[in-house]
Amino acid sequence: MSELALTPSQTVGPYLSLGLTWPTGYLVVPEDAPGAITITGVVRDGTGAVVPDGMVETWQADAEGRFDHADDPRGASGSGFHGFGRSSTDAEGRYRIVTVKPGALGDGQAPHIDVSVFARGLLDRVVSRIYFPDEVEANAADPLLSSLPPERAATLVAEQVGPAELRWDVRLRGEGETVFLAV
Amino acid sequence: MTIHHPSTPEIAAYLRPPAGTHPPLDSPAYKSTGLRAPSQAPVVLRHRLTEITGPLLTGEIGPNDHDLTRQHAAPPIGERIIVSGRVLDSDGRGIPQTLVEVWQANACGRYAHSVDTYDAPLDPNFSGGGRVVTDSAGTYSFTTIKPGPYPWGNHHNAWRPSHIHFSVFGRSFTQRLVTQMYFPGDPLFPYDPIYNSVPDEKARQRMISSFDMENSVSDWALAYRFDIVLRGREQTPFEEPHE
Ligand SMILES: [Fe+2]
Repeated sequence: MSELALTPSQTVGPYLSLGLTWPTGYLVVPEDAPGAITITGVVRDGTGAVVPDGMVETWQADAEGRFDHADDPRGASGSGFHGFGRSSTDAEGRYRIVTVKPGALGDGQAPHIDVSVFARGLLDRVVSRIYFPDEVEANAADPLLSSLPPERAATLVAEQVGPAELRWDVRLRGEGETVFLAV
Repeated sequence: MTIHHPSTPEIAAYLRPPAGTHPPLDSPAYKSTGLRAPSQAPVVLRHRLTEITGPLLTGEIGPNDHDLTRQHAAPPIGERIIVSGRVLDSDGRGIPQTLVEVWQANACGRYAHSVDTYDAPLDPNFSGGGRVVTDSAGTYSFTTIKPGPYPWGNHHNAWRPSHIHFSVFGRSFTQRLVTQMYFPGDPLFPYDPIYNSVPDEKARQRMISSFDMENSVSDWALAYRFDIVLRGREQTPFEEPHE
């Protein structure tokens, strides 16, 4: 089998909004969908300054822990749930995604959302995960979270800030640096 | 003791990229990496369901999203070109119905973006953003104008070689890629810290499109070809142990 060599990554640069902005990209589900939650947060650099020219993307299972994707060995859900969110950061470094809490996948992992962060100064995306603060037991048993020192694992767990609102900040570098993942 | 979770699915992971293919996040010659690149090494995540699936987007494609020269009342100034290629995985399989997003500067090297202060003319007939979906063979094609090189503040007399920004999804979260397509023979390659951030020289050259006489259109446009290769999968599923 001949294997083709991969195309390298390059930065999105400062002008990503020209190509990557979708007006409703932040809506994984409509704002008035049953069970809709908002996840918001601020992306900061190594000095703690906000990153106003970045982009956050999310990918997740539906509320039942299923993907509408043929590569899921459990079968595609057929639900039409597209699972993808995309939000540019604003002048205050803030992103915002409206979604539903993903269900457990049934494989021993706690409910989670995979995240990619892109920005000028990042030559490749950085990948992380959002976990949920109300899943104390599942988080304790999660293979990734339980492999990390508690203070590092804490960077992956969102904070409940309202009845249907969670906060999850990204610190790219420095104090409280978010755990990033090699996928 | 190793037990298996009753419903643990068998999953063939995606291949990890060979060293030297992707730029190190901390690349001092590109100054902005200094404050933004994480200081700690990433934690290696085993690929599970969320990583082997991903958004299957066909996007909301507008009628002129594939032709950046027809998004305004008149055509933009510049050298009209057709850019085409395939989105593939490393097994050589085309990735059908996957979204390709592009953005670029105008022929003078100026972006239609409020942050761009380069003293070069904006073109009222060029916005510089486009999107297409690959066909059943993984082929995409769009029409645009050749972007100009532009200066940036990284160091004294710093210029970016002409490039088009590309964003692709593939089939899985793991395959997500944002890159830049360059043009053959650009004299700025040796001076550009972003191009040179890719450690492996052969890998670097895979970001350079090839001149494509075959796809050029007589009396209309020259053409360039750019294939994008995303990671393929391991041959055998991995049964995940739970301890
Ligand atoms: Fe650029």
